[in-house]
Amino acid sequence: MVILVIGLCALYASPNLYGEDHAVQISAGRNAVVDAQLVERVKKELTQSNIESKSIVLENEQILVRVKDADTQLIAREKLGEALGENYYVAMNLAADTPRWLSALGGEPLKLGLDLRGGVHFLMEVDMKSALEKTIKDSDNDFRTALRTEDIRYRTVKQVEGGLEIYFRDQDTLEKAETFLKNRNRDFIFSEKADLVLFAAMSEQKLLETRDYAVKQNITIIRNRVNQLGVTEPIVQKQGPDRIVVQLPGIQDTAKAKEILNATATLEYREVDIEHDISDAIAGRIPPGSELLPDQNGVPQLLKKNIIVEGNHIIDATSGVDQNGMPKVSIKLDSKGGAKMLAFTKRAVGKPMAVVFIEYKATGERDEADKLIFEAKRTVISVARINGVFGNQFETTGLDSPKEAQNLALLLRAGALIAPIQIIEERTVGPSLGKENIKLGKEAIVAGFILVLAFMMVYYKKFGFVANIALALNLVMMIGIMSMIPGATLTLPGMAGIVLTVGMAVDANVLIFERIREEIAEGRSPQQAIHFGYDSAFSTILDANITTFIAGLILFAIGTGPIKGFSITLMIGIATSMFTAIIVTRTIVNAWWGGKRLTNLSI
Amino acid sequence: MQIFSGKNTINFMKLSLPAAVLSSVLVLGSFVTLAVNQLNWGLDFTGGTQIEIGYQDTANLDAIREQLAASEFNDAVVQNFGSSKDVLIRLASREGVKPSELGDKAIAVLKQADSSAEMRGSSYVSSSVGEELTEQGGLAMLVCLLCILVYVTLRFEWRFALGSVIALAHDVIITLGLFSILGLEFDLTVLAAVLAVIGYSLNDTIVVFDRIRENFRKIRNIEPTEVINTSLTQTLNRTTITSGTTLLVLFALFFLGGATIHGFATALLFGIFVGTYSSIYIASLVALKLGVSREDLMPTVIEKEGADQDAIM
Repeated sequence: MVILVIGLCALYASPNLYGEDHAVQISAGRNAVVDAQLVERVKKELTQSNIESKSIVLENEQILVRVKDADTQLIAREKLGEALGENYYVAMNLAADTPRWLSALGGEPLKLGLDLRGGVHFLMEVDMKSALEKTIKDSDNDFRTALRTEDIRYRTVKQVEGGLEIYFRDQDTLEKAETFLKNRNRDFIFSEKADLVLFAAMSEQKLLETRDYAVKQNITIIRNRVNQLGVTEPIVQKQGPDRIVVQLPGIQDTAKAKEILNATATLEYREVDIEHDISDAIAGRIPPGSELLPDQNGVPQLLKKNIIVEGNHIIDATSGVDQNGMPKVSIKLDSKGGAKMLAFTKRAVGKPMAVVFIEYKATGERDEADKLIFEAKRTVISVARINGVFGNQFETTGLDSPKEAQNLALLLRAGALIAPIQIIEERTVGPSLGKENIKLGKEAIVAGFILVLAFMMVYYKKFGFVANIALALNLVMMIGIMSMIPGATLTLPGMAGIVLTVGMAVDANVLIFERIREEIAEGRSPQQAIHFGYDSAFSTILDANITTFIAGLILFAIGTGPIKGFSITLMIGIATSMFTAIIVTRTIVNAWWGGKRLTNLSI
Repeated sequence: MQIFSGKNTINFMKLSLPAAVLSSVLVLGSFVTLAVNQLNWGLDFTGGTQIEIGYQDTANLDAIREQLAASEFNDAVVQNFGSSKDVLIRLASREGVKPSELGDKAIAVLKQADSSAEMRGSSYVSSSVGEELTEQGGLAMLVCLLCILVYVTLRFEWRFALGSVIALAHDVIITLGLFSILGLEFDLTVLAAVLAVIGYSLNDTIVVFDRIRENFRKIRNIEPTEVINTSLTQTLNRTTITSGTTLLVLFALFFLGGATIHGFATALLFGIFVGTYSSIYIASLVALKLGVSREDLMPTVIEKEGADQDAIM
């Protein structure tokens, strides 16, 4: 049992012994596929540029090209980036040099935290106030239109904190309006606030949805932009009700990263120009009032310059299936956008309409104020025939696949950013500091370890040697278990936790050995002393460790970032040290001294 | 080889009065300095912008201040960090500049002045995040103490629980006092260290309590003071050795761990020192003064313990 547990931990700790390869990772952007063909293309590009690669592997829809050093990596990234164009993301990466059989078993080296690897961490907060305001504003317009169509006369509608106030001239109308609106808008709660004033507040459900939606929308957008940065293993996660954590390992130019993350994307509904011949336009005779824009496959489309509706009028876009089981995207506009759409579709039934997605991409150049210059990049993401007159709610059908529908919905949402975000915390660690931290951490662990080993050998002699074996195994087990837990990262405070555990792990053995000495002093035989020593020390060790574990658990529950890292190592260390210090040493002691007639003990 | 022979019971409790006076003075002193000097809260708690710059050669702090002042960063705090080549700069917020962009601007200024300047790290924490963290940190400590109170009450007895919690509070307050009087920066890692001190000091206290409980059960017709003295003597070797090995590795961290965890190591070094003292004097003393006696510790736990061991071995 003991050997099995230790063997398993050692196996999973072993990937940490292998080094890391410099690598370039290629993943697909929108509408691109990574396949065997691309591997061939990459191979050809590399030979043309005289870049030697260690291996080129296609895995999880990504291509990993391993090269021999950092310089080659830089060149390879540049060349491949140029050759493959915008549809692919080419990023630099450090790929673990773990043997194939080990990674097949799920063995992976420890993930290093940002403080060790270098990189940038952002905590962003979604501006919920403006998200809610926008939702209320949309409802304002919506209510006005609805009441007017229903011929219910109101005096005015006011936007107030948390909802809308609708003023009426008489009680009858108010009641009529209340019944009508209650049935129509189930996501609002209506109440009579004062004489002739109806108050509409968003329901809890609606509030929750709005908040959730604002955060999700921002996450989608940030993910898209992070891809532009060419970072491997970025983290974009929701934290708490209105925050987003973004971690970009290995990024060096943080100013650039921030600008790209903060750039906006929008979209526009436009009319397709079918009055003019597109081949003429491609040949250079672009009719005035129209322009050529590429679609996602790079095929140009001739669109009118006039915008029907802009992206900021989009409230929601979701993908689903229509009654025939075909994929569709349902789009909801606010009332202003709905009115514009209605006016347009009235005169354009049967004509095609296009959606243009506008992204602002960094050109890599800077202006005088040292700001990155962004270039608007317009892409036609959908062209669809208008099948009837519609206003603020409509559907786009005729999509090829559910995946395409999902993509379109995602892009539509991304272009309709309703809640701005703000960076509230930022931490950057330069790569040199990261490397230094690793070096310092390792040195401290080794130094602390050797000091403790030496002390134990001198003080407890042969038993000290046994304790030292346990201590070494404890270190291996800690690293093994941390490598096994997905998502666990090693940070500098985590390393400090390891050092601290090394110092404290001997405690259990000290307790046991002191007990054995006491028993011997009381005149017991060595065998009995060992037996009693282990037995009576056990409950003490358990109590002492459980209380420390409680402290670790609370640290983990309440702390963030570096504190979490520290508490994880502390807790793992407590668990493994109890195993090694009690069970492992007992096994060794039994094997060494067990069943022998002893007159004295080397303790 | 043995540090203390353990043959003669040391009369620890003879020194209980001086110890109580010493601890009271230290705790009161800590409160005074915490009130007067307060804690030198780090960026994590106050919010703000901070950058770390590494230079090829020894950094000229005055020149850096001048460079920054020339670009309107006249209230920047510039100091060495870790080595003479590394500089830590704290920037105050400025009208018209987004706080999250402040650091980038200052780095650009310094790079222009000296091309060997290298960004080693930068942090920006908004004041709201800082406030939250302060709240969370205080809460973490309270919850931690409360959970321990409950666990020790369940496992031992309420007098012991109170004794251990008072000892822990004692350690925390004095450690904070040290940071306050020396003006050391109190950041997130130091908070983690203080919580680790709670865990460690408790570990120590529990070992002593365990022995006290055992001795109360084993030895009959004996004064509680006597039992505590015997127990402390018996565990003295273990207390010294474990504290010793832990201090050994902490010295390794302190000298080799680098500037980032210097505060962390300092807090732990001092905390473990105080914690060892408090588990000998404060925790047992409080339990004793609260009138812990043999009858309180005679539940039928003995059988259970035996069962535990068989199952594990």
